[in-house]
Amino acid sequence: MNNRITNILLVGVGGQGILLAAEILSEAVLLAGFDVKKSEIHGMSQRGGSVVSHVRYGSEVFSPTVPEGEGDILFGFELMETCRSLPLLKQGGTVVANDLRIAPPSVLMGREAYPEGITERIREHFPDFLLLDGQKLASEAGNVRAANTVLLGAVSRRLDIDEQYWLQAIERMVPKKALEVNKKAFLLGRSSGGSTL
Amino acid sequence: MKKEILSGNEAIARGAYEAGCRVACAYPGTPSTEILENTVNYKEINSSWAPNEKVALEVAIGASFGGGRALCTMKHVGVNVAADPLFTLSYTGVNGGLVLVTADDPEMHSSQNEQDNRNYAKFAKVPMLEPADSLECKEFTRLAFELSEQYDTPVMLRTTTRISHSKSIVTLGERANDLPEPKLIKNAAKLVMLPGNARVRHPLVEERITNLSEAGATMAINRRELRDTSIGIITSGVCYQYVREALPDASTLKLGMVHPLPQALIREFAAQVDKLYVVEELDPFIEEQVKALGIAVTGKELISLCGELSPGRIRTAFGLQQPPVAAGDTLPGRPPNMCPGCPHRGVFFALNQLKAYVTGDIGCYTLGFMPPLSAMDTCVCMGASIGMATGVSKVVSEEEKKKVVAVIGDSTFLHTGINGLMDMVYNNSSSTVVILDNRITAMTGRQDNPASGFTLMDDPSHRIDFPLLCKSLGVKHIRVINPFDLEQTQSVLREEMARPETSVIITDKPCVLVKREGVFQKGPAYEVAVEKCTGCRACLKIGCPAIEWRPAGDGSKKGKAFIDPLLCTGCDVCRQLCKFDAIGRGK
Repeated sequence: MNNRITNILLVGVGGQGILLAAEILSEAVLLAGFDVKKSEIHGMSQRGGSVVSHVRYGSEVFSPTVPEGEGDILFGFELMETCRSLPLLKQGGTVVANDLRIAPPSVLMGREAYPEGITERIREHFPDFLLLDGQKLASEAGNVRAANTVLLGAVSRRLDIDEQYWLQAIERMVPKKALEVNKKAFLLGRSSGGSTL
Repeated sequence: MKKEILSGNEAIARGAYEAGCRVACAYPGTPSTEILENTVNYKEINSSWAPNEKVALEVAIGASFGGGRALCTMKHVGVNVAADPLFTLSYTGVNGGLVLVTADDPEMHSSQNEQDNRNYAKFAKVPMLEPADSLECKEFTRLAFELSEQYDTPVMLRTTTRISHSKSIVTLGERANDLPEPKLIKNAAKLVMLPGNARVRHPLVEERITNLSEAGATMAINRRELRDTSIGIITSGVCYQYVREALPDASTLKLGMVHPLPQALIREFAAQVDKLYVVEELDPFIEEQVKALGIAVTGKELISLCGELSPGRIRTAFGLQQPPVAAGDTLPGRPPNMCPGCPHRGVFFALNQLKAYVTGDIGCYTLGFMPPLSAMDTCVCMGASIGMATGVSKVVSEEEKKKVVAVIGDSTFLHTGINGLMDMVYNNSSSTVVILDNRITAMTGRQDNPASGFTLMDDPSHRIDFPLLCKSLGVKHIRVINPFDLEQTQSVLREEMARPETSVIITDKPCVLVKREGVFQKGPAYEVAVEKCTGCRACLKIGCPAIEWRPAGDGSKKGKAFIDPLLCTGCDVCRQLCKFDAIGRGK
């Protein structure tokens, strides 16, 4: 078993299914035989605030949070939130992001502008950057709300976890009626995990 | 044995189940809420929401006196509300084991202060255990029940947000089945705390703490881990994990019982290491007691009294190098916001228009202080808004008195607001109270309360009739309004604010997040007729997340409003703000 800890961050906006994606990821890692810890702050984030979920796995994990500058993979559900969490990522870390912009209140009200050139900024700091159209792939799978599972599929390519564990984890964590769509979404994301947008 | 990934809260619920707990009672409060939301999944545990933490603890005390094991959970500030019975419970002791969970919130992720409730354990003279991950949450809960019965004391279990809401691997066990059946046993000398009886109990309380401190030296949950002995760190809870991460070679004394401290063990550990530190979040609780033993120790000189720790903050405190990080960009913030279709929005818009001085309270409606609604002027604690309105009115001029309005939610009103309203009537206050009845405890994630008509176990229940209740308290002027009707909301507020007597306005639209059938009903989404929109921005003044300002794209300040059909619930508030009739129901 690999002795070092793998640090994964899942970031986005409340309501995007980040917590469920983190649950599936943790479950897959457990099934693969690792120690795992997962942490996020909910409460206020239910009202459309920023959400950051930390998942860490290895042979023995202590802190439930990823220390600043030590993240291996930043898994962004929304572009501005991806950008906000870059300081958590280590130099040379990987960014897998959904090509989606969700305006925060100040932008909705026309007081501030949604920042331009985010993808260029991310690429400048982190050349290992995969940008995906999660909404489009999720629609192909049958439900635009499964974008979280598409992204999980893409991230799964970067992790040394056998495919069977991912599928078992999805079966355990996703409600029955949404299971087939989510499996399809995961596999679509997984097969697109090597190509960039 | 079955392994699952559980949150600290899920694991505490599991621990209570395995310990043979019969009754679990709580008032919801982040980060403690999910404990009861999980005990309810075990049919052997009678789980219920109480109107406040004092009542929750009293229910648990009754269950314990009746011989059943009882769990009571709350967030840190909830212990302030429950403190009255707690301190005397320390004297009576228990019959069935009683465990009180306090979920503290260093960093105030969702709280209005950062109080360190280890002080309560010391103050009330009850033992406190502090788990460091989910497995310990489960194991310590079981142990807490056992210690409670063994030492005839309530036991506090302290978590912090990072323990409550983080997940780690837990091995599941079986439910204890060898516990005695609950039954009534009379024992007035122990359970009736009048001075004569209480005087007899006090020395026993002191003796118990001394005995526990001695027993602590050999408790497995207080663990010495000797590695490099040049540095020794005393720590507990999630801080233990941060220390192991940041200083993997240091020796540690991991305390599972943080009150009373195992003094002998601390002395032994101090003698084994060259330099002794305490790493703890918030107060120097352990540090001061170690110093009082005459042992030299470093603590808060290095580590802040404020906020949550992390491996990074500990590394910095110990002068270790931090990994380089990518520069953070300045980005627009993303604060929480009231939901599209939230019934509070219209009320705060009207209060803003009327330039009211709004004494606020704790709930989703606390977000009414944020722009553009900007209609809340105070927020202290649960139930405080009404008493504060009375107090403000006592000192300001007759003219300014008319501006004072208290806002309070249904759950919060029943929690501790009702006492304030009694006082308001009793002492002839002229203030106006708005009860924002959305039929649920929304902020903590939609828990039922005595005004929702259902219990935690999902049984139908009596739904409190607020107008009748207020009438019985002596309120003469009670108005029920539709908060989505801006004109009505504003005119009723204006009338009642002007009235030199106590009045109560009750809003009667449900929270959009209530999933129970027939409560909240989404209407057809509204849309903006682009040709009629003049770009006046009036509709943006309510801060609805479904309305977006779209610039014209020609570099000018012009633009138009757009309504997101997926988010809009058709509440109609924005339509009433549009003077150009540009907003209407979609096709």
